[in-house]
Amino acid sequence: MAFFLETVLGGLMAGMLYALVALGFVLIFKASGVFNFAQGAMVLFAALAMARFAEWYPQWFGFESRLLANLLAFITAALIMFAVAWLIEALVLRHLVNQEGATLLMATLGITYFLDGLGQTIFGSDIYQINLGMPKDPVFILEQTFEGGILINKEDLIAAGIAATLVAALSLFFQKTGTGRALRAVADDHQAAQSIGIPLNRIWVIVWCVAGIVALVAGMIWGSKLGVQFSLSTVALRALPVIILGGLTSVPGAIVGGLIIGVGEKLSEVYLGPYVGGGIEIWFAYVLALVFLLLRPQGLFGEKIIDRV
Amino acid sequence: MFYRENGQFKTSYREDQQIFPIAQDRWAILALVAFAFVGVPLLADEYLFRAILIPFLILSLAAIGVNLLVGYCGQISLGSGAFMAVGAYMAYNALTRIEGMPLVVALLIGGLCATVVGVFFGIPSLRVKGLYLAVATLAAQFFCDWAFLRIGWFTNYTPSGSVSVSNLSVLGWRIDTPEEKYLFCLVFVVVFALLAKNLVRSAIGREWMAIRDMDVAAAVIGIRPMYAKLSAFAVSSFIIGLAGALWGFVHLGSWEPAAFSVDRSFQLLFMVIIGGLGSIMGSFFGAAFIVVLPIFLNQFLPWLGGLFGIAVSTAAVSHAEYMIFGALIVWFLIVEPHGLAKLWSIGKQKLRLWPFPH
Repeated sequence: MAFFLETVLGGLMAGMLYALVALGFVLIFKASGVFNFAQGAMVLFAALAMARFAEWYPQWFGFESRLLANLLAFITAALIMFAVAWLIEALVLRHLVNQEGATLLMATLGITYFLDGLGQTIFGSDIYQINLGMPKDPVFILEQTFEGGILINKEDLIAAGIAATLVAALSLFFQKTGTGRALRAVADDHQAAQSIGIPLNRIWVIVWCVAGIVALVAGMIWGSKLGVQFSLSTVALRALPVIILGGLTSVPGAIVGGLIIGVGEKLSEVYLGPYVGGGIEIWFAYVLALVFLLLRPQGLFGEKIIDRV
Repeated sequence: MFYRENGQFKTSYREDQQIFPIAQDRWAILALVAFAFVGVPLLADEYLFRAILIPFLILSLAAIGVNLLVGYCGQISLGSGAFMAVGAYMAYNALTRIEGMPLVVALLIGGLCATVVGVFFGIPSLRVKGLYLAVATLAAQFFCDWAFLRIGWFTNYTPSGSVSVSNLSVLGWRIDTPEEKYLFCLVFVVVFALLAKNLVRSAIGREWMAIRDMDVAAAVIGIRPMYAKLSAFAVSSFIIGLAGALWGFVHLGSWEPAAFSVDRSFQLLFMVIIGGLGSIMGSFFGAAFIVVLPIFLNQFLPWLGGLFGIAVSTAAVSHAEYMIFGALIVWFLIVEPHGLAKLWSIGKQKLRLWPFPH
């Protein structure tokens, strides 16, 4: 029982991170109808920027404090992501208004290639560390209930805390600020939003900026766990089942979907994996999502798809 | 002046319904095919065959398969790489496990197995569509990647799933020089391109296009969505599987599952979109573009660097390749979202009036 709970908890932690990446997808899809394949590349790019600047700043200015270096690097990486968002809007999306979904998807794939190449050209292509100074030692909880308790990584707990804070901040931003309201209006209906004077282009830039920040936070957490390297950009592929499970247009869906996929992956790997030879977690997530899709084509929380001729 | 159908009168339905109703088109295609069969082997050298022509032919065939599904039936699929893998591995199994199996039959068996897998993974298309379907087909991709890596039977229990095929021969004709390999592929490509071209203007092709344009309306006028969608998946994955088998047997010789990874699926989709959705000709253009571009960049970038006195390292070249490739794709989508086939048809329109545009 304790082992089962441990696996579930581990899955929840991993799911939190999937949810973060999926959140970036959903934000952009809701606001601009673009299925942003480049989210993974943005995660990699942001994480690379953060890792490298945290390394460079102390060298350039000669200070020791890791906290200061990380803070400065975070701000720099965020600014870079804003620039990327603005450039993507100005150079790509603005010219592709009213194109089909497949064309936009391909365009974001192009952006993916570009960002992958650019990131590695500027920041190098080795494995880098992001050291946030999080404690790595495991803790035991619920020792009274189970013998030996349940093992949890403190780092995972903090990461989950950061992710939860980000989600809370985002929902505050969406619900309570004028810009957030404008964003939701655009997500609901482009034309109606435009007709009451909400500038679409600016909204898109803002959404991509928010997605950039989400990517940065996701990249930071993944990077501090696993190191920043090229394989980080494939995290997008891990997050895709999350969004089709949760629904392309639902923010809570991304989070719940992420948690379900995270837990499902871990449980399948532990309990089913040994029978079929292991390594099943990647496709298991997809199959899980597929089964959900067959029951509910719009995902768990997606808007109902109504076809009219 | 030359490209006009003036004076070409059709006196029977048969003539009116030819694949290429305009005489000039017919002659041009015939000349092109003749050139591909006779002229190219005389002119090309071994490098050209190996690096460009053979990959181009095989990937065009795969792109035609993808185009039938994505361009004609409107079902976005990111699982093409998986269908190629199924074709390649099952053809390999047919060839090695059954004594005296002819090569062509083995390739076709590979295609048939891909058909079965394609139809199976096409079933979700009855419930989900568009981008959801694209993600759902990724399930096929990851499942096949895993299956060929982990299930020993498919790869004859070789470690890491790497298999190899040698001594290809058809009816006593040994295919070992690049030139012969090229001709072997060319036969397949010509046959299946014609088949596909014919298929898309038949009743079933029109059903696919009706489903693509508006599936609810198509169902209302009596087209069975299940039959149309699954048949598109079947035909397309047969062709893709065949192309996969050719890719493994003829181009690579020995391969492992990574040769058919998700990148291959993206690459095929790029070809179709850059070439032009819903155009057989476009599949060839797209394949040519995607095959030639990296080779060109690989040669061109170090030369350009040398011009400015910068030594460009291999890593930098590969990163720059990524960037330029990505940027070109985006640029292309912005400038000509309907693909190279659109440019081709604009060119043909212009040619009808040339040289007297008024």
